[in-house]
Amino acid sequence: MKARIKIMLKNGVLDPQGEAIKHALNNIGFESVTGVRQGKVIELDIEGSDKNQVRSQIENMCNKMLANTVIENFEIEIL
Amino acid sequence: MKAAVIVFPGSNCDRDLTVALEKVGFEVSKIWHKDSELEKGIDLVAIPGGFSFGDYLRVGAIAANSPICKSIISHGERGGYIVGICNGFQILTETGLLPGALLRNSGLKYICKTVALKVETTDSVFTQKYSLSNVIKIPIAHHDGNYNAHVNDIEKMKDQDLIAFRYCNNPNGSSEDIAGVLSSNRRVLGMMPHPERAFEKAHGNSDGMTFFKSLVEAFATT
Repeated sequence: MKARIKIMLKNGVLDPQGEAIKHALNNIGFESVTGVRQGKVIELDIEGSDKNQVRSQIENMCNKMLANTVIENFEIEIL
Repeated sequence: MKAAVIVFPGSNCDRDLTVALEKVGFEVSKIWHKDSELEKGIDLVAIPGGFSFGDYLRVGAIAANSPICKSIISHGERGGYIVGICNGFQILTETGLLPGALLRNSGLKYICKTVALKVETTDSVFTQKYSLSNVIKIPIAHHDGNYNAHVNDIEKMKDQDLIAFRYCNNPNGSSEDIAGVLSSNRRVLGMMPHPERAFEKAHGNSDGMTFFKSLVEAFATT
């Protein structure tokens, strides 16, 4: 099975990289961009046939290591 | 007086920290991250600076899940003393032994310079030999030193006097100018500045020596 995890900084947590990207976009002429948030995407190949079981396993991974829930949110997509 | 300095792939201040601890009289053992046990009778666990696991995923995240960290967490949970400097601080927040998280510096740049810090509490084994509100100069060298914590955690730190050091001129965007914090039992300290890089004349600055002398005063009898 394949799964995709999207990890984003929580709203309200300053994202200096997103800010830098926004400024750069504005500077090269994309002045309509008013906000940028940068996150990361992790794709997993994972054994298992029960989607719910796999999803709860991945939730566990996110809480334990893949995301820092103090500052980040995550979304899991089973592909 | 025994200390354990933890070494991860990518640690680069382990030797400096060992030299500093030995200089003030600690018997230091370096512990590789794949070991799962700390030796018996360790007074202080010291997690050095560096770029453990290349800072992949998130700073400190992979190190915080390495075998030795289970023992470090139980050492902390049973009231053991731990100090994490720079990457060590990042690892301690990732283990949950300290609240909050270290984000990318607000100016996005890696900063390597000596900064002025204010000593905010002397009620800890790490800071007891300083005077309250002392301004000391200690080097920083980090890309991710922007301390963030939930507003409730910050309030608790202020109420319980858990902020150990503040920057005089905030270099990285840290909440409340925080440069170092204590756990609620005051036995775990995380700090971004490097006292081990400023503890003797040859460093051109020995303001960090008082940090190590504080530890000696705490542990010399054990």
